Amino acid sequence: MTDQPRPRIAVVTFPGSNDDHDAALALERLGADATLVWHAEPELPDVAAVVLPGGFSYGDYLRCGAIARFAPVMDAVRRFADGGGLVLGICNGFQVLCEAGLLPGVLRPNASLSFVCRNVALRVEQADTPFTGRVQPGQTLTIPVKHGVGCYFADAELLARLEANGQIVLRYEANPNGSVQAIAGVANETKNVFGLMPHPEHAVDPLLGSTDGTLILGSLIDSARERLLTAA
Amino acid sequence: MKATILVRPKPGILDPQGEAVQSSLRQLGFHVDEARVGRVIDLELDDGDESAARAELERACEQLLANPLIESYEIALET
Repeated sequence: MTDQPRPRIAVVTFPGSNDDHDAALALERLGADATLVWHAEPELPDVAAVVLPGGFSYGDYLRCGAIARFAPVMDAVRRFADGGGLVLGICNGFQVLCEAGLLPGVLRPNASLSFVCRNVALRVEQADTPFTGRVQPGQTLTIPVKHGVGCYFADAELLARLEANGQIVLRYEANPNGSVQAIAGVANETKNVFGLMPHPEHAVDPLLGSTDGTLILGSLIDSARERLLTAA
Repeated sequence: MKATILVRPKPGILDPQGEAVQSSLRQLGFHVDEARVGRVIDLELDDGDESAARAELERACEQLLANPLIESYEIALET
């Protein structure tokens, strides 16, 4: 592991982000160089991937992610994604990507109206993405959720399209928030942008109760490294 | 010129806030078949052409104030 090149991965900090340091720490421990990027930056540094972390960007005012999508850095993230760059959105980052239209659908208040904070079991529906190279279809992962606004919604037409394109990547085994079809994570059509409500960065050490988060973040790092080597 | 924007959850979209309000109203003895909770946004605008203002507000709603996937909006202008 140590002699492998460490891809540089940006972690964006919005005002109100609170999992940016956890995400950066997890990426560092798994073999990447994490760089925190402030939301007001108009450009991204030269990175192999971007992570939008969890938190409550801009106080979650109006709708979660609705204001963060207009942050200056989001123009750069959009250009990066449009060019095929790898973008991972975790929890609030997932909400931001949906509001920005970089991912399909939207996250709404949990059906229970309660904040849920616990480990959940996830079924891998789609392993053929840059974020799931280390897992098998059908595999069960244990990763925590902690959100009040995690109820994924897409209308019937969009759902059919997501299903047909293999964009539904993760489903909850027991739906914690009322998400349509128990969807926990979706990718864009080209699979270079992925968002999920569970927090892989909180499941990277046995002390935290699970290390399954390393499979998602590790897959991202593998893909980022691969792109680094191909580009070199 | 004043504008009032009314943002509502679209019909058929699950509205857990509305359900909680409905059940609370019922507990208090009010006879309510359904409650839906939306949002009101009051805006103060420069005086000017009403139809231009309306067109601009439509764009504001589409881009930020409502999420067209799940919400509908109504614009009322008061000159």
